[in-house]
Amino acid sequence: MAEQVLTGYKKWMEDVGEQGVFFSRFFRNIFTGGFEWQEFVRQCYEIGYKSFMLVGLTSFIMGLVLILQLRPAMVDMGAESMLPKTLAVSFIREMGPVITAIICAGKIASSIGAELGSMKVTEQIDAMEVSGANPMQYLVVTRILATAIMVPILALMGDVIGLFGGYLALNFTDDLSFALYFRKCIASLEFIDLLPAIVKTIFFGFAIGFVGCYKGFHSNKGTESVGLAANSAVVTASLWIFVIDAIAVQITSILFYR
Amino acid sequence: MAEQIHSNNVAKHNPDEVVVDIEHISKSFGGNEVLRDINLQVKRGENVVVLGKSGQGKSVTIQCIVGLLNPDEGTVKVFGDVVADMDDRELKALRTKVGFLFQSGALYDSMTVRENLEFPLTRVLKMRDQAEIDQRVEEVLDGVGLLDAVDKMPSDLSGGMRKRVGLARTMIVKPEIMLYDEPTTGLDPITSREISELILNMQKKYKTSSIIITHDMECAKITGDRVVIMNDGRYIAEGSFDELQNSDNELVRSFFNETT
Repeated sequence: MAEQVLTGYKKWMEDVGEQGVFFSRFFRNIFTGGFEWQEFVRQCYEIGYKSFMLVGLTSFIMGLVLILQLRPAMVDMGAESMLPKTLAVSFIREMGPVITAIICAGKIASSIGAELGSMKVTEQIDAMEVSGANPMQYLVVTRILATAIMVPILALMGDVIGLFGGYLALNFTDDLSFALYFRKCIASLEFIDLLPAIVKTIFFGFAIGFVGCYKGFHSNKGTESVGLAANSAVVTASLWIFVIDAIAVQITSILFYR
Repeated sequence: MAEQIHSNNVAKHNPDEVVVDIEHISKSFGGNEVLRDINLQVKRGENVVVLGKSGQGKSVTIQCIVGLLNPDEGTVKVFGDVVADMDDRELKALRTKVGFLFQSGALYDSMTVRENLEFPLTRVLKMRDQAEIDQRVEEVLDGVGLLDAVDKMPSDLSGGMRKRVGLARTMIVKPEIMLYDEPTTGLDPITSREISELILNMQKKYKTSSIIITHDMECAKITGDRVVIMNDGRYIAEGSFDELQNSDNELVRSFFNETT
């Protein structure tokens, strides 16, 4: 039993060490050699444009559902007029970034993990390496930077769509003008609501790209490991999102909301 | 221009020069010793076939030559330099001179055949002139008889075609040494023979030195100037194909019968 725990701990420590090495290789490769602009743009398209519908739909439904769930309680308290403000603050600060990141972890981290895992299994990464090309620059740097840039953009678009969902939900029962609703939303927000949310989504994006690439790059030989890489990428990236969120909320509270 | 430089380089080299020198290497994976005190020298322009059954560690030897793996003991020298002592830049420079054809062809499956072939030219040789790149792509594809497949995806190609494209992608940078990892495995006898003849033609055309890892006797017979037989992690015999086939050593002869 003790031996098993020790072996597990040793393996975990080795994995942490390998992640550290992978992280340093990633940073070194950003600044050395040529940047793969074409592949970077392609990844931005794959990650950003192709995830937009999913993020948009999820955010829309979340905005709509939040208003439907909140409304009875707010009506009871006589605070119905506070609904746009409540939705705007909760969605911009927390719900929008986290929902977008979780959706992206499911879609993007798994896709990167499976793609790179499959390339590893079929020796494409080895082939790239022995040809003298740099797979870190071509495969890893482009994907991690693309996720770190596209996830915040998706989150911002998701925020707007989520607020629109909330507007539709309010209009199921009330007659509120579109302009008034959005004026109320924007009036309730401050710059410090938006800035930490954007900054944390950059970290979410980085974690999604990094975990996907690491899991794919370090998958074992065999087709089973491709599935494992994809699965493990989603689970680990999702976990990292919540850890980063918890840290970000603490930092934001200390800096801005005291 | 690049062709001329390559030809001049080949012409000025000493044909007796040892380009790959493997000295007493051993390699284990988790207690399983796959290479035991292996020695091998390859001269410039020579084709050496390493013959042995599957799972005997043949591929590990050539992975040590390009630095994908490092031996536990012994040294691997390529062009006189110890591979294990090389830094990233030196290893990258070495890899531009050593081509590696993987068993599966290892084509990048998100790219067309043309993009696969352009990849090493633009990333490794840093070529920018599109006309020169196109000319090189057409030249090597013509060499492997697949000019028509230039815009196809790897998924649209047969196993033999993938190996041909893999060979073309490796040869496009005009390496001085070629390492073939079971180039005819999984192919029908006719395609296997075609690939073996193609390897020989490419070696003659580009004047490369080659190590061919295989368990295909016909491939060994067609391509090998010298054949080395590997058994249980050791090299047990070496010579020409005919010499080994008629060897007095029963183990060597039985090996030939066993693998054919």
